[in-house]
Amino acid sequence: MGKRIEVTDLNVYYGDFRAVEDVSITIEAKSVTAFIGPSGCGKSTFLRTLNRMHEVIPGARVEGEVLLDGENLYGPGVDPVRVRRHIGMVFQRPNPFPTMSIKENVLAGINLNNRRMPGSEKDDLAEQALKGANLWEEVKNRLNKPGASLSGGQQQRLCIARAIAMEPEVLLMDEPASALDPISTLAIEDLMNELKQQYTIVIVTHNMQQAARVSDVTAFFNIAGAGAPGRLIESGPTEKIFSAPDVKATEDYISGRFG
Amino acid sequence: MSTTTAPVDSDTSPSSAADPRRFGDRIFSGLAAASGIMILVILAMVAAFLLVEGGPALFADPAKLISEGYGEFASWVAPYAFGTVWAAVLALLMAVPVSIGIALFITHYAPRRMAAPLGYLIDLLAAVPSVVFGLWGAELLAPSVRVFYVWLNENLGFIPLFDGKVSGTGRTILTAAVVLAVMVLPIITSLSREVFLQTPRLHEEAALALGATRWEMIKMAVLPFARPGLVAAIMLGLGRALGETMAVTMVLSGGKNITFEILTSDNPNTIAATIAQNFPEAFGLKTNQLIAAGLVLFAITLAVNTIARWIVSRRAEYSGAN
Amino acid sequence: MTTISQSMAPGQLTAGRLPKVVVPALLAGAALLGLAISLLVGGGNLALAAALAYIIFLIAVEVSARIVEGARQAADRRATSMIVGAFVLALLPLGSVTWEALSKGAARFDLTFFTYSMRNVVGEGGGALHAITGTLWVTGMATLISVPIGLMTAVYLSEYGAKNRLAKAITFFVDVMTGVPSIVAGLFAYALMTLIIGPNTGFGFAGSVALSVLMIPVVVRSSEELLRLVPNELREAAYALGVPKWLTITRVVIPTAISGIVSGVILAVARVIGETAPLLVAAGFTASLNNNLFANPMMTLPVFVYDSYAHPGVDVQVYLDRAWAGALTLIAIVMLLNLIGRLVARRFAPKTGN
Repeated sequence: MGKRIEVTDLNVYYGDFRAVEDVSITIEAKSVTAFIGPSGCGKSTFLRTLNRMHEVIPGARVEGEVLLDGENLYGPGVDPVRVRRHIGMVFQRPNPFPTMSIKENVLAGINLNNRRMPGSEKDDLAEQALKGANLWEEVKNRLNKPGASLSGGQQQRLCIARAIAMEPEVLLMDEPASALDPISTLAIEDLMNELKQQYTIVIVTHNMQQAARVSDVTAFFNIAGAGAPGRLIESGPTEKIFSAPDVKATEDYISGRFG
Repeated sequence: MSTTTAPVDSDTSPSSAADPRRFGDRIFSGLAAASGIMILVILAMVAAFLLVEGGPALFADPAKLISEGYGEFASWVAPYAFGTVWAAVLALLMAVPVSIGIALFITHYAPRRMAAPLGYLIDLLAAVPSVVFGLWGAELLAPSVRVFYVWLNENLGFIPLFDGKVSGTGRTILTAAVVLAVMVLPIITSLSREVFLQTPRLHEEAALALGATRWEMIKMAVLPFARPGLVAAIMLGLGRALGETMAVTMVLSGGKNITFEILTSDNPNTIAATIAQNFPEAFGLKTNQLIAAGLVLFAITLAVNTIARWIVSRRAEYSGAN
Repeated sequence: MTTISQSMAPGQLTAGRLPKVVVPALLAGAALLGLAISLLVGGGNLALAAALAYIIFLIAVEVSARIVEGARQAADRRATSMIVGAFVLALLPLGSVTWEALSKGAARFDLTFFTYSMRNVVGEGGGALHAITGTLWVTGMATLISVPIGLMTAVYLSEYGAKNRLAKAITFFVDVMTGVPSIVAGLFAYALMTLIIGPNTGFGFAGSVALSVLMIPVVVRSSEELLRLVPNELREAAYALGVPKWLTITRVVIPTAISGIVSGVILAVARVIGETAPLLVAAGFTASLNNNLFANPMMTLPVFVYDSYAHPGVDVQVYLDRAWAGALTLIAIVMLLNLIGRLVARRFAPKTGN
């Protein structure tokens, strides 16, 4: 598991408006890559194009290539629904299904796709996924309680468990800790360190300390001004970006001079 | 390109040409669209079948209508069309002030905790079936209002409305209009309530801060804001009153006289009541003629409702509500 | 506080106010006076007494407020009196209808009423069994027709339409359909069946079609509103798990909104179950039990009430008693459905966390 993503000359449009311009980047397998940048710079939009979730928004379209271990996600005949089974996603706000129990939430990807699986295998899978998300100890005695009964931080880890129960190759995280308190945030960050043993992780964050703490590679996005498309300014090993970036704008952003 | 690089095993690769689930997607979205189109078809059928079945009466030779039907169409339906509009207008004259009063009471006078239960109480009126209101109007209301009608006739008889010989049964168009008013009251009330609740809180507080009394605040801030919404609520109530059948059928002893006198036994019937009273015994051209009358009713209510919706949509544009 | 009151002339913030006891006192006085006049002139008519009392109260408050508080406060009090009066006035018919139905309906609200039809009954006895079963058949069928069409249309509008032209047209015509007079719906069903099978005296299914025309727009409206309330985040969560759109809708979106949808359907049933005119035209009359929706007229409870009232036999009171018992049954059914609908909405709403 854990695949490498290569993006070449990717443009994202909402109708006629170009939101992201000419992004080329390579995301290494089994590492954490962080996207940072000011609000509206297109980093979340770009993240969504990595599993074609942008297609949920009417009018959104993409030009360019995204290769998952060499296979183009935008090639002819590629089914976006199948893409998303290989590239999971965790959202800004925890979104467990309110009608389902904790266990049902973890198994949602299996159940909702009507995939057949013996009950004991499902139990094992749920346990593995919850252990993988560092949630097992907290919920093992109340697996049949509603998912919404958990605290915000637990709900977010439940969503991560739900995503990894699909056994994806890549996990995309869109500001996964922005709605959480500091302790829950720390739990999520620790979890990312463990998850990268198995998965390729891409995280969008507003919090630069977080990027510095968890990521191996950091990519900085920026916009020239309102109405202009977002661009990838530079990317590289996190220590280098945070200590000696090549571009002045990156340094300004990281040192807190704007954004 | 993807054909060469895509592995065959579809479960380890995102690309796959024939996935049964995508088929499910197409079926489901097709079903949803078909249901929506079905509604358009049903409505088109309503209009078309009424035309097909009513047409023979609309385009029949007047002589034939006189011998086999109820008489020449336009002169036959005219008093009923008048009665329909007249009864609905009378009902609204009574229902509108009361409804607006109730809506103001619930939104601006009653204690906050009580607002929802009180609203529910008024909604209960809407839940009472029309046939029950008809029974109530005919059995209880009509006999008990006669005394009042006699008094009106004796003391205010100089007003043309109250002139004429007072009906002995109380089953006049005014009684029918009272029952209609009770029936449209919850509709106008609930729509007005929504409109009143949308009044910007800031406008109300601004008025109060200027030292206005509660009533002055309502006049300054609430009513001007709500006016288009109220007009739409009234129009929708009117549409309901025009089409209501049973209450009028059971309460009114209707005839074919076009008159504005509301206390006499000589009342114009409404279209809906005429259809309900005659349809079970009608046959042949008479059935066609009643259906044609239904078409006239449909046209009247459609016009009223369309105007109401248009007012609502215009309001939505400039107020930014919804 | 203290500095302000020192800097102002005393009495600037206080004006003449009527003491709190005045309004209740005036109300009581007006009530007594109204009753007295009514006893003298109208022989103790309660309606007259209430009307007189209200008018006397309005005048008394106006005069006393004008003297003590000034014109603006008097106008405010007048408005308050009239607005409260409007509310009380609206409660009168509600109370009156309920009371009449309970007191007059009780006479025949017995076992015979629920176990006998009107077959071969000319005078006393007989019941509404045929009408109650007919109502269940006709309304049940109407629900079976309306719910799939209504729900799927709502799904189209909220999940697929995205404000395209078809969705706009459907929304507009659903509004139009809401305004179709119920008797016109009945005529439509009759005309449709006449074209298919020729002239007929009505049958159950035609009644169901008529009720569906009235029910579909209600179901569409309430379901669409509830589907739109389902947070987009849940749809995205399902898409991100690689769930196709139709499974997302059927397994996530609809289950999340289901309590509201069910409640909306129950309220829609409650609305059409009392409809009389369309069934009068489309389903016809009969005195006998008929459990076949597709042949012969089928009696329904509202039509039973109307028929008992409009076409009584020799002993009118017997028929009226049956009409009121039918009305009471109908009210009970509608109120029960309303109650269940509201309970379902409240009780089974999905628990949202934060």
